[in-house]
Amino acid sequence: MKIAVCIKRVIDMEMRFRVAGDGASIDETGAKYDINDFDMYAIEAALQLRDKAGGGEVAIVSLGPVQAQEQIRKALSMGADRAVHLAADRIPSDGLAIAEALAAELRDGAYDLILFGKMSIDSSGQSVGPMVAELLELPLVAAVSKLDVQGDRGTAGRVLEGASETIEFPLPAVLTIDEGLNTPRLPNLKGIMAAKKKPLETRPARLGEQRVRTTSIELPADRPPGRIIGEGVAAIPELIRLLQTEAKVL
Amino acid sequence: MPNVLVIAEARAGQLRKVALEAMTAGRALASEAGGEVHALVAGPPGTAGLAPQLGAHGADVVLVAEHAALENYNGEALTALIAERTRTGGYRVVIFSASVHGRELAPRVAARLRAAYASDVITVALEGGSLVARHPVNTGKLTATLTTSASPAVVSLRPGMFEASAHAAAGRVERIEPVGDPSASRVRVTATQQGSSAKLDLSEAPIIVSGGRGMKAAENFRIVEDLANALGRAAVGCTRAVSDDGWRPHSDQIGQTGRVVSPDLYIALGISGAVQHIAGMRTARTIVAVNKDREAPIFKFADYGIVGDVLEVVPALTAAVKEARKGH
Ligand SMILES: Cc1cc2nc3c(=O)[nH]c(=O)nc-3n(C[C@H](O)[C@H](O)[C@H](O)COP(=O)(O)OP(=O)(O)OC[C@H]3O[C@@H](n4cnc5c(N)ncnc54)[C@H](O)[C@@H]3O)c2cc1C
Ligand SMILES: Nc1ncnc2c1ncn2[C@@H]1O[C@H](COP(=O)(O)O)[C@@H](O)[C@H]1O
Repeated sequence: MKIAVCIKRVIDMEMRFRVAGDGASIDETGAKYDINDFDMYAIEAALQLRDKAGGGEVAIVSLGPVQAQEQIRKALSMGADRAVHLAADRIPSDGLAIAEALAAELRDGAYDLILFGKMSIDSSGQSVGPMVAELLELPLVAAVSKLDVQGDRGTAGRVLEGASETIEFPLPAVLTIDEGLNTPRLPNLKGIMAAKKKPLETRPARLGEQRVRTTSIELPADRPPGRIIGEGVAAIPELIRLLQTEAKVL
Repeated sequence: MPNVLVIAEARAGQLRKVALEAMTAGRALASEAGGEVHALVAGPPGTAGLAPQLGAHGADVVLVAEHAALENYNGEALTALIAERTRTGGYRVVIFSASVHGRELAPRVAARLRAAYASDVITVALEGGSLVARHPVNTGKLTATLTTSASPAVVSLRPGMFEASAHAAAGRVERIEPVGDPSASRVRVTATQQGSSAKLDLSEAPIIVSGGRGMKAAENFRIVEDLANALGRAAVGCTRAVSDDGWRPHSDQIGQTGRVVSPDLYIALGISGAVQHIAGMRTARTIVAVNKDREAPIFKFADYGIVGDVLEVVPALTAAVKEARKGH
């Protein structure tokens, strides 16, 4: 089974964000980075499918600056077999521009499955996976939290608002992976050593046209500071009063 | 003509609340642009019965596609239908709901049309020749303003951010044919399991009562449920610690990798307030927290905090809420 997993280098969300001088990007001074949360589930899914099939290949594809090779190495150390780095000075905010570059790379790869995270936690588009599926004219299932692949067919499950559904699809296909499917493994020392020798090709990203631009970013209005109104059961009458008269939600 | 196309999401023969929210947003955009709003609704035979409700929410024209193979969500057939209609109709903006289905469909349609796509937006407007939309990024710690002058522009709207309101319009029904054969789609939804209809979905509940590891055990969520019931129109959520332990289903998890919610009232019980949890509920209008640790980070966000043991405070709070809501 030949599987590609698209992963994104994202900034650590625990940092205190500041807007850069241009007003339209983040000041990344001192920031840390990691593989996008949801992409970890996609990597784990790919490794398990490959191993269950008794062989094949998991290829990692990441578009980004040269530093994205750190995250690519991490994915290789988890057990992926090889990687392609599509080099770009910065990752555009328009998902379609990214999808066009990924599709160009993936088109002739003869992959049985192409996996994405459900969403990148920085740009939060949930768009690159479905867009690549469309550009490659492949079957698509988004937000997969259950998965079973038998031969050239798969069954997926996903959670909807107040319902869930079961979906059948033929391979090759594009899937975007939600939390809940698996628990991603941590790289071990052996994996980290092995990763150093695994093939990592770099080529320039053939980014598509940017049709949407981020013209500004801002910090949302702060919530008023928190307030402790009391202790234990004794605080309940005051809480009820505030919910009725101040918040007006009761 | 700068017309707007609204994709109205229906499930099990009913329009979803987000469909009416999208109608209202579409109406506002069309009024700015001086154009019409066309709603598109697809489903099994009988779907045309939803047209009057769309007319009552501002649809000048309701495009209805009926086919037996549109009973369940059919992404491939819908992509073909919507892309074709957008092309022939010359729409300026195509509006989806940023629901699970909408977020699969909208980017696929945008890619087919090579159109600009703004996802999960909380505001949208036409300013001069440009479409300007705001979208929460970086787990809601920042809001990005996206601008595009490309036409058509495809957007999906974050549920709960656009209030549905009535607006009488003609709602003239126009039947449209599926493009290709919907029963030939490669991807098929073979079963839909409806959650219990009594259970309000997290994205639609005005009140959410959420439990964390401080609830101590799965069975203690009974008192969380009791509080939700006493409040009426409330749903129960949880943290990842809780869904990881299997106390609650993963679909109830709120946060960075779970659901993002903006209820009027969010009650956090035994929840520490990790950044990844806050990411999913920071836009709640009022936040209440009960935690035995005065230093818990959740108290930095809670409008009203009570320091105490959830197992004592929650049953007493339920009783007080029942008393306060007597007569409801
Ligand atoms: C990549 C990533 C993604 C994540 N995504 C999410 C996400 O989407 N959603 C999410 O929720 N988390 C997420 N997490 C996990 C998050 O970091 C926290 O671990 C989690 O939110 C903690 O859950 P908790 O508050 O229930 O548990 P804890 O942090 O263990 O807090 C329990 C709290 O209960 C209090 N308590 C204990 N006993 C009592 C009592 N008797 N009465 C009152 N209070 C009591 C304690 O004082 C404590 O504050 C993510 C983590 C990572 C690394
Ligand atoms: N620059 C990138 N390189 C590789 N994969 C990406 C990149 N950006 C996004 N993706 C993939 O697309 C998914 C969805 O991203 P998004 O549409 O930004 O939410 C991510 O989880 C990744 O799997």
